[in-house]
Amino acid sequence: MGVAKYIKNEKDQIEDVILQSGIHVKAVYGPKDLEDIGFSYEKDLADPGEYPFTRGIHPLGYRSRAWTTRQYTGFGTPAETNERFKLMIKHGQTGLNVAFDLPTQMGLDSDDPLAEGEVGRVGMAVDSLRDFEIAFKDINLEKIGTGLTINAIASIMLAMYQAVAEKFGFDRTKISATPQNDILKEMIGRGTWIFPVEPAVNLIGDTIEYSMKVMPRTNPVSVCGYHIRESGATPAQEIAYAILIANAYIDNVLARGYDIDDFVGRFSFNLNVFGNLWEQVAKFRAARKLWARNLKEKYGAKKPKNLFLRGLFGGGGYGLTKAQPENNIMRGAYYALAAALSGAQTIALCSYDEAYTIPTPHSALISLRTLQLLMDEVGLRDTVDPLAGSYFIETLTKQMEEKIEEEMRKIEDIGGIVHAVSTGYIQRLVARQAYEFEKGVQTGELKKVGVNIYVEGEPQEVELHEYNYESAEKQIESLKELRRTRNNREVTRTLKELEKGVKAKKNVMPYLVDCCKAYATVGEMTNVFRDIYGEFEEPSLF
Amino acid sequence: MVGEKRIKVLIAKPGLDGHDRGAKVVAHALKEAGMEVIYTGLHKTVDQIIDTAIQEDVDVIGLSIMSGAHIPIMEKMSKKIKEKGLEDKVIVIGGVVPSKDIPKLKEFGADAVFPGGTPFSEIISFLKGNVKE
Repeated sequence: MGVAKYIKNEKDQIEDVILQSGIHVKAVYGPKDLEDIGFSYEKDLADPGEYPFTRGIHPLGYRSRAWTTRQYTGFGTPAETNERFKLMIKHGQTGLNVAFDLPTQMGLDSDDPLAEGEVGRVGMAVDSLRDFEIAFKDINLEKIGTGLTINAIASIMLAMYQAVAEKFGFDRTKISATPQNDILKEMIGRGTWIFPVEPAVNLIGDTIEYSMKVMPRTNPVSVCGYHIRESGATPAQEIAYAILIANAYIDNVLARGYDIDDFVGRFSFNLNVFGNLWEQVAKFRAARKLWARNLKEKYGAKKPKNLFLRGLFGGGGYGLTKAQPENNIMRGAYYALAAALSGAQTIALCSYDEAYTIPTPHSALISLRTLQLLMDEVGLRDTVDPLAGSYFIETLTKQMEEKIEEEMRKIEDIGGIVHAVSTGYIQRLVARQAYEFEKGVQTGELKKVGVNIYVEGEPQEVELHEYNYESAEKQIESLKELRRTRNNREVTRTLKELEKGVKAKKNVMPYLVDCCKAYATVGEMTNVFRDIYGEFEEPSLF
Repeated sequence: MVGEKRIKVLIAKPGLDGHDRGAKVVAHALKEAGMEVIYTGLHKTVDQIIDTAIQEDVDVIGLSIMSGAHIPIMEKMSKKIKEKGLEDKVIVIGGVVPSKDIPKLKEFGADAVFPGGTPFSEIISFLKGNVKE
């Protein structure tokens, strides 16, 4: 939940504040603090749009362009999801972010026995290109960018996105997809991994390599500190691990003989917003600086634009509570404020009912309106990096930078991020922290409104999004019909070609596009990978 | 030797849901309370969970389900439990479970449901009170 620890005296005065990342906050900050940390405007901040981009990646910030609003959306059948997409667009949403159901995320067809009871439950079910044709019907894919929240089989979904765009007559060089495509974080938290680390990372390398050549407006990887934080990491660890994970993907592509400046400019980040407001703001500012420095100093990236940390700052799921759910509306507003004060390119919020259910249209629109209200009523677009120069914020940003670097060194010292994930080192660490944190909430050491303070009042009910068994049946029916009516010889041929490509260690993307266009199913394509790569073995934690 | 029997708990993640923060947090809490805890890891089928429960001869099966699929999963569990004669095991469920679903889960054999945010003390005392000596 990300609240700081407060040490109080018997008169209820605060004597110390300890942020989650371990930084102590003082009662008063002044010029002396900046002097103590050796603060330099040119070196530590520079103007917005100038290296190291602490103040933001664009000289005019939100004056030239407001952040993109992109609520996570998807459930049931592609037709139901298409309807919800259009509702959100009609209400002014400027980007899409597709939620896939668990079978799809795990590369299983809707009629797979392992998918039983899960089809269309937490996202939209996708079995083949036919489903994408329905989901994106009447949506201008050259105008609106689409986040695809999928990881283990992001390569398949990116291929399918290209296939659907081309089928609708859009120019593939003008479409903009952002598959999440960050498998190492799935192994730390969120858990929709399939293949072992090495081939899984290599698939990400394939999507990056392919995108730079074929779909240049695609952001092939969205590195997620978000879920690592949700799993129990501190804000400093969130950024440290995200940068190290991004570096692992960079290394894979560099090993193919490309120059860093060929591809790294399309990387993006997905970072979390809950917790202490100041700590989040300092975190984002420090993250931009460290990412730029990492690319410039470690990798020798030269083009300034490639040094940008472009990010979706949002969510905040773990900060929301089941108790007194309407309080989550206010929490969401403050989390969005943190993101907007920090120069986010895109913001999405968890809706107030997400501790219970997938969002109803009502709650999804409240989230969207929260973002619009910040943009148009409260003044968040007025000036760039409005907290810059604050004695407190600049000191904290610098301290956060040091904390993040310290966390990065710890991982490098034990053999690097891939090792730390494969052996379960990070998983064990964050699980332990999550437990300590939960204990803090239960003992009342960490305050949470409605949970351990101000708990009075009647329990509130929320409207639940009901799972629709008929939708699942419909999806399975339409999959069966597809298998009967498609050109099965072409399916077999393209799958065979994919298999040959995988075995020959070629980039899989062109093969996947052909499979998608032949209406091969997600399960069929995934099984080609599964048979050759095998499956990830989760390190044992207890 | 006089002493309390050490309770043995299997914490399981059935289905495809990969959200395991809650499962791991509860595993830590039960271990700290002196219980022996085995964690299955992610993506386990009902059959795999039942097999592990038999092999390890646990007293408690704790299912952690965040995806909303608790009813179909528990329905399957219930059949398997009867088939294998495991009715003596204490079955508890944690996760995102709306209160209106709790009676149905109990009907399928869940002894208790602990939605997210349940105090550890409540879970621990329930297990201590319900595992047979």
